[in-house]
Amino acid sequence: MSDVMNDPVYKTEALIAEDIDQYLETHQHKTMLRFITCGSVDDGKSTLIGRLLYDSKMIFEDQLAALESDSKRVGTQGQEIDFALLVDGLAAEREQGITIDVAYRFFNTEKRKFIVADCPGHEQYTRNMVTGASTADLAVILIDARKGVLIQTRRHSFLCHLIGIKNIVLAVNKMDLVDYDQATFDAIVAEYAAFAKEIGIESFTAIPISGFKGDNITTAPSENTPWYSGPSLVEHLESVEVRSSLDAEGYFRMPVQWVNRPNLDFRGFSGLISNGTVKPGDAVRVLPSGKTSTVKSVVTFDGDLEEAVAGQSVTLTLEDEIDCSRGNVLAAADAPPEVADQFEATIVWMADEAMHVGRGYWLKLATQTVSATVQQPKYEIDVNSLEHLAAKTLELNQIGVAEIITDKPLVFEPYADSRTLGGFILVDKITNATVAAGMLNFSLRRSQNIHWQPTDITRESHAGLKNQTPRVLWFTGLSGSGKSTIANEVEKKLALMNRHTFLLDGDNIRHGLNKDLGFTEADRIENIRRIGEVAKLMVDAGLIVLTAFISPFRAERQMVREMIPDGEFIEIFVDTPLEVAEERDVKGLYKKAREGKLKNFTGIDSPYEPPVEPDIVVNTVEMTPEEAADHIIRKILPLK
Amino acid sequence: MTDSKTLTHIQRLEAEAIHIIREVVAEAGNPVMLYSVGKDSAVMLHLAKKAFYPSPPPFPLLHVDTTWKFRAMYDLRDKAAKDAGMDLLVYQNPEAKERGINPFDHGPLHTDMWKTEGLKQALDKWNFDAAFGGARRDEEKSRAKERIFSFRTASHGWDPKNQRPELWNLYNARKNKGESIRVFPISNWTELDVWQYIQLEQIEIVPLYFAEKRPTVERDGMLLMVDDERFPLKDGEVPMDRSIRFRTLGCYPLTGAVESEAATLSEVIQETLLTTTSERQGRAIDKDAGGAGMEKKKQEGYF
Repeated sequence: MSDVMNDPVYKTEALIAEDIDQYLETHQHKTMLRFITCGSVDDGKSTLIGRLLYDSKMIFEDQLAALESDSKRVGTQGQEIDFALLVDGLAAEREQGITIDVAYRFFNTEKRKFIVADCPGHEQYTRNMVTGASTADLAVILIDARKGVLIQTRRHSFLCHLIGIKNIVLAVNKMDLVDYDQATFDAIVAEYAAFAKEIGIESFTAIPISGFKGDNITTAPSENTPWYSGPSLVEHLESVEVRSSLDAEGYFRMPVQWVNRPNLDFRGFSGLISNGTVKPGDAVRVLPSGKTSTVKSVVTFDGDLEEAVAGQSVTLTLEDEIDCSRGNVLAAADAPPEVADQFEATIVWMADEAMHVGRGYWLKLATQTVSATVQQPKYEIDVNSLEHLAAKTLELNQIGVAEIITDKPLVFEPYADSRTLGGFILVDKITNATVAAGMLNFSLRRSQNIHWQPTDITRESHAGLKNQTPRVLWFTGLSGSGKSTIANEVEKKLALMNRHTFLLDGDNIRHGLNKDLGFTEADRIENIRRIGEVAKLMVDAGLIVLTAFISPFRAERQMVREMIPDGEFIEIFVDTPLEVAEERDVKGLYKKAREGKLKNFTGIDSPYEPPVEPDIVVNTVEMTPEEAADHIIRKILPLK
Repeated sequence: MTDSKTLTHIQRLEAEAIHIIREVVAEAGNPVMLYSVGKDSAVMLHLAKKAFYPSPPPFPLLHVDTTWKFRAMYDLRDKAAKDAGMDLLVYQNPEAKERGINPFDHGPLHTDMWKTEGLKQALDKWNFDAAFGGARRDEEKSRAKERIFSFRTASHGWDPKNQRPELWNLYNARKNKGESIRVFPISNWTELDVWQYIQLEQIEIVPLYFAEKRPTVERDGMLLMVDDERFPLKDGEVPMDRSIRFRTLGCYPLTGAVESEAATLSEVIQETLLTTTSERQGRAIDKDAGGAGMEKKKQEGYF
């Protein structure tokens, strides 16, 4: 380690000791920069972070003592301190000597506070790297001077660019091991520049460093690199403009988090301003409704503000009593964001289970949560070669471009314009896991041109004319469980009671509406979606709809339940054990499946997910179809 | 403040914490704020007040008590809750109480029963599905890897290898029945940030953070304060008045003091900055179970 006390950047100790109040005054006004470091352990990433922490006195003696003993025990640097052990915090990481998850570290210089996200470099941790990059203003991409631009350098650069990081630092590390050779440095920079241009990185800053020896880390030029005329790494980090100040330049946007109503006289809208500025008297528009009003006050605990800027959490009151709640966006009245329900998006898949094309996922964007389906990807991007490849789905760590359709309109902006209104996550409806992150590129024309046509004869009048309560009786169960037989019995009984019904049967629908669909998982999901839409039109027409489909996946049954008004969807589980259904084998399908002549057959080589809380269960081992039908009728009456 | 459109780091950290607290209130069914009376708790409570002003924070405070906190902590606890207009729930694990579990005789079992078990019991008792905590990433290396929204199974366990990706400032608060979330709004604050915020916002903290002459004994290299008559003195041990203060506050028999003359906030911050040992160094809990003490405790359900 070089003598850090000679570095002016860190000459704060004297000030702390002599005039603490002056120091605090300075510290209080520091800005904050968040950055990530990318590279593998071999590139000296952990050593660099360790040095930044050490040089800024963020490593304490007790931690250093623990580090020294750990280094000797399990370190990979011989008798030298292994800084990787400081940064890799999980037991599994220290044991395996790899970085698995993002770690956040903190340090200060005289001008700034820094949060550095140390990201794993391996391809299988792409999702963790994207996570770390999502909050960063800047990325430090490390290159080993002996190795030059590698495939992983390209991958890391691409991901940083994808997530919208504008400030890229190319830190050419281990310069001490190439004798601080300018030609080596220049060649690497030239090679990287060509690649950067190719993927759309407009500019970057290249710095020759040695994390181990300390060259060009805090001051530049190091005496070893007299040929270098740029800033040191720390000087550069201190001078880069932070993103939040750029956000303040745009039009005003604030997603509403919470409506503040302490009493009848106060109604405020709380949120974090994502873009622009706001002050009393500004005209604002509530989206998606489009209603306008004027800002009355900007309320905070410390008193009303004359003006608030992007990055601040505030509460706004308006002059007019207009409808506004969580999920709405308050925006500059004359420059509002778009509203749409169909988009092209870039998606990073983050779950072990692959994406299900057509399945409904929760999509969260700012404070809005809607149900969304993803179409088959237009293409997948190979993160190493950056080639566009054909893809049927996206698997863990894969990145692709696909269309997304939401069940309700979203207030949004392209991700390039706003991280807040363009970045989203997808959440699995059953496991509640975050399965993907995405960036909206643009809305599709067709969603802007198709509007819902209001009709005068409402669904209530349709039902009233038929003197009944519309329902969807959704039968689910294995093939051969008795769904069609029982549904048929139920419909006959309802007909005798003068109820207006319609039975949608699996095989029949596949002869017409769905004859283009096969039995792959994606096709099965689409099959159910279309049936759901048809059933929805029929209940709107006032009918009692009976459907008999295997519908093996919980998520799709849930998707249909959400399409239909509350209480009108009745899930009926025809509970027949696989052995019994296979024994019956009415259509001879189980035999074919067992012989391998029929692929993706539910119960054999494709799963059936039984309902967790079905509205009605019938057991066909104990009940005859007629008894089962009577049981169902009793449960659903009176239907008026 | 808006003469420049660039916010200071403290302003950004405050805005981020307020955003997080509001997200939880908007999306969780039954949130609670863990309140341990320490300086981080004091900052958390202050942020909660700011997040919902002019409404009072729409959740209660929960103190998982061990009966072994410093007396000065109990005094401030009741006052702070009252000032904020919030309900204060105090929970003491009845089994630990009945068995007389204490830090002198029971070692690690004391933390396990009173704190880890007590916390789980309290969350179950009131069906809280989201609990705010004041943990920070700069405290300890497994904390550095923890998400802001940290998921716990129905049995309150933490699985570090299976954390949800957390992008931008989008938090997925959805969970299955029985699961709960621990939320850490000041994850990105450092010890210095906390101190500076306390100073800037003039937040009241327990006087034990400031140096004063207090009765102490030295044991296993730690300076312990004799806070009440339950402190069993060993043969030959005589409490001695020393000018001390505390960098963190926990159970008094487990919390080491530092000798100090720093009696004002500025002086405390000055010492903090010039010190050469980390904040948790005075805590016995981190040293259990080798290097992975905290990670292991968290997997078992510790905060």
